[in-house]
Amino acid sequence: MRIEALAGPWLGRLSLSALPTDSPVAMGAALVAVFGALGVAGYITGKGKWRYLWREWFTSVDHKRIGIMYVVLALVMLARAVIEALVMRLQQADAVNRSGFISAEHFGQLFSTHGSIMIFFMAMPFLTGVINYVMPLQIGARDVSFPVLNSISLMLTAAGAALVMISLVLAPFSTGGWSGYAPFTELRFSPGVGVDYWIWAVTLSSIGSTLTGINFAVTIYKKRAPGMHLFRMPLFCWTALCTSILMIFAMPALTVATALLALDRYLGMHFFTSGGGGNMMVYANLFWLFGHPEVYIVVLPSFGVFSELFSTFSAKKLYGYTSLVLATMTIAVLSFTVWLHHFFTMGQSAHINAAFGIATMLIGIPTGVKVYDWILTMFRGRVRFTTPLLWGLAFLVTFVIGGLSGILLAIPPVDFLVHNTTFLVAHFHNMLIPGTLFGMIAAYQFWFPKAFGFRLEERWGRVAFGCWVIGFYLAFMPLYVLGLEGMPRRSAEVFDEAFRPWLLVAAGGAVLIVLGMAALALQLAMSIRHRDRNRVRAGDPWDGRSLEWSTSSPPPEYNFAKLPEVQGRDAFWTMKRSGRAYPPLERYAPIMLPENSAIGPLLGALGLATAFGLVWRIGWMAGLGTAGALVAVIGWSFVRRPGRTVDERQVERTETRWHAVLVAAVPVSREHECDPRNRGLADVAA
Amino acid sequence: MSAGSASERRRHPGLNLHESDAHPSDGEVVFGFWVFMMSDAVLFALLFAVYASLGANTAGGPGPRDVFELDPAAMETLLLLSSFTFGIASLAMKYRRGMALLQGMLATTLLLGLGFLGLEVHDFVGMEDTGALPQVSAFLSAFYVLVPTHFLHVSLGCVWIVVMMVQLRMSGLDRITRTRLLRLGLFWHFLDIVWVMIFSFVFLRGLL
Repeated sequence: MRIEALAGPWLGRLSLSALPTDSPVAMGAALVAVFGALGVAGYITGKGKWRYLWREWFTSVDHKRIGIMYVVLALVMLARAVIEALVMRLQQADAVNRSGFISAEHFGQLFSTHGSIMIFFMAMPFLTGVINYVMPLQIGARDVSFPVLNSISLMLTAAGAALVMISLVLAPFSTGGWSGYAPFTELRFSPGVGVDYWIWAVTLSSIGSTLTGINFAVTIYKKRAPGMHLFRMPLFCWTALCTSILMIFAMPALTVATALLALDRYLGMHFFTSGGGGNMMVYANLFWLFGHPEVYIVVLPSFGVFSELFSTFSAKKLYGYTSLVLATMTIAVLSFTVWLHHFFTMGQSAHINAAFGIATMLIGIPTGVKVYDWILTMFRGRVRFTTPLLWGLAFLVTFVIGGLSGILLAIPPVDFLVHNTTFLVAHFHNMLIPGTLFGMIAAYQFWFPKAFGFRLEERWGRVAFGCWVIGFYLAFMPLYVLGLEGMPRRSAEVFDEAFRPWLLVAAGGAVLIVLGMAALALQLAMSIRHRDRNRVRAGDPWDGRSLEWSTSSPPPEYNFAKLPEVQGRDAFWTMKRSGRAYPPLERYAPIMLPENSAIGPLLGALGLATAFGLVWRIGWMAGLGTAGALVAVIGWSFVRRPGRTVDERQVERTETRWHAVLVAAVPVSREHECDPRNRGLADVAA
Repeated sequence: MSAGSASERRRHPGLNLHESDAHPSDGEVVFGFWVFMMSDAVLFALLFAVYASLGANTAGGPGPRDVFELDPAAMETLLLLSSFTFGIASLAMKYRRGMALLQGMLATTLLLGLGFLGLEVHDFVGMEDTGALPQVSAFLSAFYVLVPTHFLHVSLGCVWIVVMMVQLRMSGLDRITRTRLLRLGLFWHFLDIVWVMIFSFVFLRGLL
């Protein structure tokens, strides 16, 4: 029994030896993390903004602010994980027939944090943030169904991310990869705290995501504006709905997998151990029962984003709307039927492999339907090559290449040949970088003016686009070749001189991608500096089609002074063409909004304390964290607050101010979309 | 929407949730809880699947016949009566039969729930006395996760009943307490269904 380990001394297993003093690279990273955090905290203190942040952001339950916070979290984590990717590529290019500049142990931690962060703390928060911001506006709602729960989800996710950041300083992290396969991650083979960091970080984020899924699904079912039938929703909302359904049904499998692994490690049980009757295949099945739907959780929202982009920037309605909806639903259902293709080589019979291989190939059909629909949306449209659309075009080509390599991998005999090689690494990066990341970056470029009232600079956006796309091809196409030549994935060192040129090219690609990140940062900085020349406060910079563009930029906290009446698809586009887009000022009713709440940050902090205590076996901390969370939830259920009223005069003032902006703005034609003439009022006569 | 219209009654059969424009969120709250229950049901389904695939791996330790006893498990099943008493509580709420009946039925449900928990603790202690610890084999690990997860749910349900009894004393039957009781009822009946599954698939199948 290892229960005693939980009741150890005050600091459990934590001591100064946790600092990564043995490796200069790891120490450097730890210092960057510490000084980065201190620098940000110092800056906020210097500006005296803590109170503002607490009152206006951390305790906010406004879906728009929560969405922005999710995206900020995702961008911070993206920066770390991209740099880790660069270190890994440099190491492999360096370590041909020699040991390179980082240890195998450190390399193992790098690919584990890189994968875990990219999925759980980059992709998930990014898409959750974008859905949070956009979806309620698109369906004509004032907020999500459960605003406080939304804040709790955000804070639990942030707590998980914080735990991963802490592991940079109080090392080590797991070396078991993002999938944490047992029995390697069992105590016998991984006795340190690394796997525990992974377990609790992932558990915090998966609880947050389950709650988010429930919240979004109920919002879409229950809070649509009058007339917004399901089949009138923008496609992005459909993908948000399917993603939410997948979250509700798939996340529990991850929670069960990590919980059982924790029981093995903490209490000496035998679920996935190599003795005592344990069976690691149960872990593989549970993990991928979550893991495969997860792939579609992160990819479907991007499909929604691209649907909006192709239609908006082609000034055409979406081609094959119904088929796109059905394809999205089909993908969501099929995603539960293919998990076994992640371990074709792990001992099932050929018949079972064949069945799952066929199911996997079937997913290519609805995805192909989508690709044709997107192409046909642009066909004979007046396509404008703005930055967001460029990401969309790069996605279209790149994603199809990745899909083709996926069809290859779906054939079990082929999978046997390239299993566990960099061919697989190339394939899934080839899906997830265009399919998730490009979509999210495009969403950020597309909806940024909505959220902040000014456009992002086009020039630096194009530089970032060029660096990312060329960098992607340089970094990952060589991995296909290396995989076919038999280079195993996750190798800290390689021993074949023939791999070197390809690895050098891949490292060059990684450098370009990091430059792409820098260009994105520069774009943001330049756009903030020159914001006055890119203001689009009237709210509709792209001649948008859905309801979020019918509000001011940024939208008022209540979103809509009067809930819109929806007559059909592309609601705002039709309103503009029939002159009903901007209703005249009138008498407004007071609007009830939920009050800010500290329960989200409180539960996030208690969750972090519990997780940290469990990682380092600090019993009192874990116990207090859990008990505190229970008390906090019960205590909160006794708090009765009526909500906050935005009175009619305040609504009228806000609306009057916006109408003044609308009157002052000169309608702009699409040729001048990207220059300072664009003030966010579209010229619909053209 | 007018309270008590035909469509309104259909939405929550048996319980009148008065929705109005001022409070549009009752339906969302109840529907949201249904969705949460689906997620929780998936969690139990997975634990059943784990038990099914590891249940035969006794690794030389005791098997189901050695450690299960039918009598206490059947006794615990009798405590399913608590679903009946909770049902009466719900009816008392629906037909406004007074706070005494409602509180009394909640208290009875609570006692039955606590009795269930007590009996289960007794079972677990008995099993541990015979050396059937969760560390012995995959079969026992799977058992000690599936059944105690249900135990934990019932414990939280009991805490919830206490909280509701206090809140009913404080603010009576209003919009908030009514929807909370409705959700608590869903939760409680769900746990009974899970217990029926556990009794059938774990105890009966293990012993017959």
